[in-house]
Amino acid sequence: MSDDLQLPLAGTPFGASPSFVELLRRERPGSMPSEPTTPLGAPHGTTVLGLKFADGVMMVGDRRATAGNLIADPKMRKVFEADDYSAIAIAGAAGQAEELVKLFQLELEHYEKITGDRLSLEGKANRLAQMIRSNFPMALQGLVVVPLFGGYDLRRSEGRIFYYDATGGRWEEDDFQTTGSGGQSAKNSLKKRWRPGLSRDEALRVSVEALIDAAEDDSATGGPDPVRGIWPIAVAVTASGAQDVPEDQVVAAVEAVVQERTSR
Amino acid sequence: MSFMPYVAPEQLMKDRSDYAHKGIARGRSVIGLEYAEGLLFIAENPSVTLHKISEIYDRIAFAGVGKYSEFEELRIAGIRLADLRGYQYGREDVKARDLANAYSQALSTIFTQQMKPYEVEVLVGEVDGEAGGTGIYHILFDGSVSDEHGCVAIGGQSEDLMEALRDRYADGWDLPTAIRTAVQVLGTTPETREIPADQIEGAVLDRTKTHRRKFRRLAPDEIASALA
Repeated sequence: MSDDLQLPLAGTPFGASPSFVELLRRERPGSMPSEPTTPLGAPHGTTVLGLKFADGVMMVGDRRATAGNLIADPKMRKVFEADDYSAIAIAGAAGQAEELVKLFQLELEHYEKITGDRLSLEGKANRLAQMIRSNFPMALQGLVVVPLFGGYDLRRSEGRIFYYDATGGRWEEDDFQTTGSGGQSAKNSLKKRWRPGLSRDEALRVSVEALIDAAEDDSATGGPDPVRGIWPIAVAVTASGAQDVPEDQVVAAVEAVVQERTSR
Repeated sequence: MSFMPYVAPEQLMKDRSDYAHKGIARGRSVIGLEYAEGLLFIAENPSVTLHKISEIYDRIAFAGVGKYSEFEELRIAGIRLADLRGYQYGREDVKARDLANAYSQALSTIFTQQMKPYEVEVLVGEVDGEAGGTGIYHILFDGSVSDEHGCVAIGGQSEDLMEALRDRYADGWDLPTAIRTAVQVLGTTPETREIPADQIEGAVLDRTKTHRRKFRRLAPDEIASALA
């Protein structure tokens, strides 16, 4: 990035690059994450979704990772806080997804420390698009990692959701978005249940319901598992920051959905 | 080819050292001290955006005095080293001692090999580091490094400040007391004066913070209320 900029006469670098990814590529190329040549056989993460509610955005993901027809990991985490005011949810090959998330979190933190200022939400969303394009070109074919990015825009005072598609484009969503193999079912569910200005509890409820719907239709999406105590992970991002929704609230939302369905 | 007259190494080093001292003496000082919940850095700094104190890593902070462009360069190099190391190994493997060594090596090389030495002094502070304690490393323009305990002052009048600070310093202060005392000490040189709160930059490594990043800048009203 800007580290390559030089003053024409002095030949000295002009400005310090605030990008960790550029730094890593330059200084420790061997530590850059690489992408598998064939995505087959690697554990895959599956349904994640993001939706807007009255105070911000909520990002929710199931916990199942599959490798072919095996369940590779029943309690993988797919939704992460990216920094204090944003969250990233990933469907795709588990190893690459984790690596991308780790790099993206560091990218934001590094920028913040070098410049002494937080990136705008728009800036974070753009940076994520560039990182996916340059590091995971296969992600563009929907094979490796497909992220959803959501955060609270402090300048506009509202929550915003971005998703990334097969053309490498970055799109902003007005209401909700899903991705992963069970994404379509989850989206259909949200179409019926989502409405503008949901409260936090309602938002949790409709997203858990969408995940349960996705798990019913898609073998690679794991539903809530009360026997082993495996529940979806939800992260809420509001003006007061990005935080995990406490597990007992998720459990309560799941129980409410199950109760409604068994009583009808 | 240019003609270089012979200069004795002692003279050369002395000249460079005098040059660096003069440069540093023009700027204002920074105080670092331990208080009950961590480590406090206080600087006299009329600018609210050009910081002398900043975050390096989860438990590590940096403070520099002297020429802004030079300590800013060191600060950025420190963040890069820390972030690279934390990514390649683990977050807990990033230690203030390694950073202090890196700064010491870099400054010593610059001091002996470059045309002009860096006119800077830096502090690297850490909470909950090795042996669970708090550590402050003080690195001079020539690369000499010392491990400070309790409190330290760097910058132009550091010796006078250090004396004033040692007279007053006590273990286990709460934050407002630590801020107030540090600001009072800064106001003892070059002449005794009262430094207004808006000329003070402050930051802490707060051990009690639940977030893994322990660094926090003090808000202007927090400083003002401690001084009131």
